[in-house]
Amino acid sequence: MSKKESTFINMVVSLLIITLISGFLLGYVNDLTIKPKARARLQKKVDALKIVLPKFDNNPVENVKKIKLDKFKDSIEIYTAYLSNSKVGVAITSSSEKGFNGLVKLMVGFKLNGNIQKIQILDQKETPGLGAKMKGDKFLKQFNGKNPSTYKLKVKKDGGDIDALTGATISSRAVAESVQLAYDEFVKTKKSTKTTEN
Amino acid sequence: MANTINQKQNFLKGIIKENPTFVMLLGMCPTLGVTTSAFNGLGMGVATLFVLLMSNIVVSLVKNQIPDKVRIPAFIIIIASFVTVVEMVLEAFIPFLYEQLGIFIPLIVVNCIILGRAEAFASKNDVLSSVIDALGMGIGFVIALTILGATREILGNGSIFDFRIVPENANTFIIFILPPGAFIALAFLTVLFNKVTSKIVG
Repeated sequence: MSKKESTFINMVVSLLIITLISGFLLGYVNDLTIKPKARARLQKKVDALKIVLPKFDNNPVENVKKIKLDKFKDSIEIYTAYLSNSKVGVAITSSSEKGFNGLVKLMVGFKLNGNIQKIQILDQKETPGLGAKMKGDKFLKQFNGKNPSTYKLKVKKDGGDIDALTGATISSRAVAESVQLAYDEFVKTKKSTKTTEN
Repeated sequence: MANTINQKQNFLKGIIKENPTFVMLLGMCPTLGVTTSAFNGLGMGVATLFVLLMSNIVVSLVKNQIPDKVRIPAFIIIIASFVTVVEMVLEAFIPFLYEQLGIFIPLIVVNCIILGRAEAFASKNDVLSSVIDALGMGIGFVIALTILGATREILGNGSIFDFRIVPENANTFIIFILPPGAFIALAFLTVLFNKVTSKIVG
């Protein structure tokens, strides 16, 4: 087999064929992976919900409420959990873009009285070994059982109640900010559901 | 021409004599960027190994069909297709790794190891030699990234493959996790690697 000459026609045809094949291949793989991708993303949310909420038996993902805020790119998602048809808790996803490397996304589980049940970090790009330790239980467990109406969601350096991660005050601030945002939403929805119920 | 290649040497050269990271200093962007932990280094290495293998196979198969003047764009399209396939498959089936490697997966496209092997080896040799070349180079890259990642993880975070070797609160050299530490660790490891291999190979 001899090498093809670099004539204009040869070049156009060979590039065309290569791009065509690669286009079909990519389309095919995309089709193949689109469902597993969606499932993986959903699974992540379901896992997080199970962690942050008290025991529940409905499927909170089904009746999620999305709220778009002007300040944030991501919309806030509100999941309500029921156990034998009575409301047991609310999980709210929230985010902050003030992390050391940008977006920090987390999910906060609230009990009905506003106490934080648990927090789970969904997405972060913080420095491994420093800010990334926000995922660890050691940092997150200080929020458990606290009620943000009395518990100041700010790091101690800013006059709040949160023990910041060593060497990662910025990351800790981002967590504090997004938890505060989630709590604000929690209060808002609580008010609005009360007025509709009355 | 192809028959005269000693396949054992062909395989070993990628690991030792022409190690892409420690000897040829190719593909520095993913090398320095993702090796914050041993696992990340390993994951990046394996993803690159796969792309390298596939691109070497395809390039050596179609080498005669591609006119010389458009070979580089043709290679890039082939490589980019495989990278995108890897990205989609990782996101769908290994979301954990996908999150960790994040932005660095698309960057495999511009990893000069892959284009370098396509241009310097696969476009001149038969499929078998190209496969062995890709395996050697790829494994060399995996080993290098894993060593670098492990070094940085041990020094910077006091753990290896997430297994703690020092207590949670111990002071570790955090700089090794941060970007400057990548350069420092790479420099020392390169010296060490070449010292050791020059003694063995002579």
